[in-house]
Amino acid sequence: MYQKKPEIGKGVDWLMVWLFAILVMIGLICIFSVEYRSSDGVIQSFLGFKKNYSKQFFYFLACIVLATFILLTDSKFFTATANLSYMVGILLVIATFVVGKEIKGSKSWIPLGFMNLQPVELCKIFTALALAKYLSMQETDFEKPRGQLIAAAISFLPAVLSILQGETGLALVYFSFLIPMYREGLPVIYLIVLISLGVLIVISLVLPGLTIIIIFTVIALGCIYFLRRHIRRDNALLFIILGIWLFSSFITTYGVKFFMTKALKPYQSARIYSMVGRDNPYIDSKTAVLNPEEAKAKQKKNEQQNYNVKQSKIAIGSGGFSGKGFLKGTQTQGDFVPEQHTDFIFTSVGENFGFIGSAALVLLYLGMILRIVFLAERQRSTFSRVYAYSVAGILFFHVVVNICVTVGLAPVIGITLPLLSYGGSSLITFTILIFILIKLDADRQMVLR
Amino acid sequence: MLVFASVFVIILLQLVNLQLFSSKYKIMADDQGRFRKVIYPDRGIVFDRNKKPILQNTTIYDLMVVPNKLKGVDTFSLCRILGIDTAQFQKKIVECIIKNGRSRASVFDGLLSEQRMAMLNESLYKFAPGFYLQERPIRSYPYDAGANILGYLAEVDTNFLKKHNTEGYQIGDYAGKTGMERTYEKVLMGQRGIEYWKRDNKNRLTERLEDGKYDTAAIAGQNMYTSIDIELQELGEKLMQNKLGSIVAIDPRTGGIICMVSSPTFKPKYLTGPERKKHITELLLNPALPLLNRAVGATYSPGSTFKTLQALIGLHEEMITTDTRFSCSGAFYGCGKPMRCLDYGTFDLRHAITVSDNTYFANVMQRVINNPKFPSIDSSLRSWDRYMYAFGLGHRLGVDVPSEKRGNIPRPEDYDKVFGKGHWNFCSFRSVSIGQGEVDVTPMQVANEMAYIANKGYFITPHLVDSIQGGDKFNMLDSFKAKHKAIDIPDSIFEAVHDGMEGVVDHGTGMGAKVKDIKICGKTGTVENQFHGVKQPNHGFFCGFAPRENPSIAIMCVVENSGRFGGTYAAPIVGFMIEKYLKDSITDKARKERLEYYANLNLIPPRIYFEMRTQDSMRHAKDSAYLIAKGYIKTIKDTLGIDEEDENDALDKMKKDKETAKDTRPVKDSSNNKSTIKPEAILPDEKKKPEPKDTVKN
Repeated sequence: MYQKKPEIGKGVDWLMVWLFAILVMIGLICIFSVEYRSSDGVIQSFLGFKKNYSKQFFYFLACIVLATFILLTDSKFFTATANLSYMVGILLVIATFVVGKEIKGSKSWIPLGFMNLQPVELCKIFTALALAKYLSMQETDFEKPRGQLIAAAISFLPAVLSILQGETGLALVYFSFLIPMYREGLPVIYLIVLISLGVLIVISLVLPGLTIIIIFTVIALGCIYFLRRHIRRDNALLFIILGIWLFSSFITTYGVKFFMTKALKPYQSARIYSMVGRDNPYIDSKTAVLNPEEAKAKQKKNEQQNYNVKQSKIAIGSGGFSGKGFLKGTQTQGDFVPEQHTDFIFTSVGENFGFIGSAALVLLYLGMILRIVFLAERQRSTFSRVYAYSVAGILFFHVVVNICVTVGLAPVIGITLPLLSYGGSSLITFTILIFILIKLDADRQMVLR
Repeated sequence: MLVFASVFVIILLQLVNLQLFSSKYKIMADDQGRFRKVIYPDRGIVFDRNKKPILQNTTIYDLMVVPNKLKGVDTFSLCRILGIDTAQFQKKIVECIIKNGRSRASVFDGLLSEQRMAMLNESLYKFAPGFYLQERPIRSYPYDAGANILGYLAEVDTNFLKKHNTEGYQIGDYAGKTGMERTYEKVLMGQRGIEYWKRDNKNRLTERLEDGKYDTAAIAGQNMYTSIDIELQELGEKLMQNKLGSIVAIDPRTGGIICMVSSPTFKPKYLTGPERKKHITELLLNPALPLLNRAVGATYSPGSTFKTLQALIGLHEEMITTDTRFSCSGAFYGCGKPMRCLDYGTFDLRHAITVSDNTYFANVMQRVINNPKFPSIDSSLRSWDRYMYAFGLGHRLGVDVPSEKRGNIPRPEDYDKVFGKGHWNFCSFRSVSIGQGEVDVTPMQVANEMAYIANKGYFITPHLVDSIQGGDKFNMLDSFKAKHKAIDIPDSIFEAVHDGMEGVVDHGTGMGAKVKDIKICGKTGTVENQFHGVKQPNHGFFCGFAPRENPSIAIMCVVENSGRFGGTYAAPIVGFMIEKYLKDSITDKARKERLEYYANLNLIPPRIYFEMRTQDSMRHAKDSAYLIAKGYIKTIKDTLGIDEEDENDALDKMKKDKETAKDTRPVKDSSNNKSTIKPEAILPDEKKKPEPKDTVKN
């Protein structure tokens, strides 16, 4: 420690701080525009801690304090306590099973009186730290499957717990830890396999099973025909092709069905199917003979599931090029979009500020992420770099998935838009994530382990 | 880095797609997020000739409920005020929720009566915010008269919407259904305003869109000044109570209608607001047809009142002179089969009018029809028709009251059809000469014809509205300015007819109309008539104008099936009306007593009572009641041209009546004793008809 007296401002990347502040401000404005009615007094309700925007305002103040504390903390503290904090986080998540409170279908919240805490949300920080810690250890050999497995375990343990609590959206966020792992040398083949698996699933959702199998068979036969000389030389190739063919066919016919009926709740699979524009066939098959009345009721339910996205698209689409103007959005003011102060906050940007505003916001996020990547690359220590990439990954995943949901590019997954969405847990989590990064970056000259 | 950037590019592309190239979202957003609220302006006020309002606006209240704000409402006391039990209360709330949802307001109890309104207002704080009162403007009638003139408002039906699809009516709007409300709908309606409101996801209106930047203000309906004298109208309705028939009075100088009584009538407020449901069935089913505006909608043979016109034609065609004499020896023998006349003697024209001599006018018309000037009877009858059209008969006058009948003047084609071409002559329709047979006129046409004679040769289309405040934007009054003078008849001819008509009142058949100090010209008529082929008591007619010099009122009165002669009842009624109008009031005590006597006279024909009894017994008959009633409503509907909706109302009520018939029967019977109720709308109980003691010569 070559610096006795910690000085907050030293080495801090002010661009990041500004980006952070601007985004939170935009968030406040958006929440305000959703909730504000012309009859309200602005000042009173802002200080009243009754409206969501007022609460968010106070959370923001709390976050400033928190950020200051983080900047005052010795950056070694984070490396030192990484594993410990991870354990505490996991314990918190497990504790949720006992003392948790159910909000909107997922029992992943701990009531704290003044706010509800979502440990899985907080756990992202600890996981990022723990992953960074593990990957930066000298004895870790990330080239070996063992190292990869441990890293994956660290990353996905909270996700598994989260799924058990019924919070799928946040669990998916943990996939973003593949990004730092990839940066640290995770073979590309994993990504390719994952992506092709994803493509496979989507195809099997869209097309009927038999067609897919026929297509696969044709492709496999084609491969065998074109590669017949190689196969004659090396028989293993034939088995690989046949193996892939068998595996894909199995996945499309049984794997997806199993996944849809057993692993996911009906509403979730319905959401996924609504994305590709089909009815959920596995609900149909269970109650194959429906009387018209039931069918009608079912359809109504389907419509309700599509309602969110439809309303969100209407709100964003009606913004046009320059938007309706601040506080003039009829859709956001009319409460048409459900959850529009949390997960669907992007709609109010889209409606009030139009294409200009929403594109600017998207670019702002892109800028922030690219800045983080830039910061990551200038780090000396693996810990900082891995951590930075984790933050970039998490941010990227959140932003992309959230916005894709609101503009109808992804099935409805309940995750927040970082820094904009209303919610103490989310805001505090991202504040901590970002300011730890800023602190680490400020101290990048120090050698960390 | 590339991966990050490319994903964001995809998002941006979708934003471009949504926000720049998809216009449907904007439309959808406007559809659901904006509400076009139609603001209804006050309807125009109608004034009488003395600038007294006779039709204006008042406010009544609907009790509104918002089902999701009902917590803590004192249901019990509310039920007590409204006179329902809690089960009904629950049922109503459920209905409201089904109709409009939990968070939107629905009408819990519409059109509250004044008493209930007062009780509710006092304790409304107990029921807030779940319940509140909402204003609704309705029409009010300061005078209890002129229901058939003013008309009423009713909810528009699909037919109406189809017909007026460019005028911005919506389902649930009200529009004038009869009377002036209907004719002058455009004027009275005003111009609707539009307010744009923001609407939320539960369809509640939250606030004005951009503080009303796009709103258009409502413009109130225009006020109208009519020529009606509301006091005269009241007197007319009073005189005509317990009688069937009508009185029409016109100012011959302007064509303005001074009064237009149709009896039986009803209180105008009976068909407005909360009263409507109670009365519509009764009015529809009443065999005396109170909803029929007899002044323009009923046709009669004109009877002897027609003789004045025959005289005009005869003189103008020079078939007779004022000194031409015909004698009555008991009948008119010009056509083989004798046609009775009652006044033996020989008369010149003036006397013939005064005593209403049938033979004289039969001879006159015979000469006109057999005029050698015309090559055939076809052309001579056609020339006679032309006179009649010029007098305003045989076609719709274009009065500004809906459902005017055209009446009938026989044409040669009609007789061709009946008798065959060339197989008819004057004797085939000789009764037309004394106003019987194929001639049909409305009371309005007779009054107008009197105006024509009073003006010595022209009339102005009778009309109610003199002027519209703020200008006649729809050119509705243009047709009421022109003088109709199709045939130029010299004044001397009119003078002769006037002489004869003055004689009628002075010493002839119409002496009952005599008023001190006023020279009245008049003509009686006693009209034979049939109902479904059965001869009925005569209609009594009297028409005339006064004063003889510079006449200012042309008037006509018909008392249906009064029996006896036109001079018996119709003439005195006209006398009172003229006295009231010209002298402003009837002061003489003896005259007042006479007036009361005529007003209380019950001249409703027994046929009506018989029909009412049949109807009653049918209503109470067990199973067939509903069907028979339906048949009944059909016949009434045919005569009135009333809309489907009213019929359904009536049938609904009928069903309910049937269900509760058993319990309420004794009560009902006593309520049938209608003499206790105001007589305007409902017929009094059958009384023995008083035998009139005064004897007036035909």
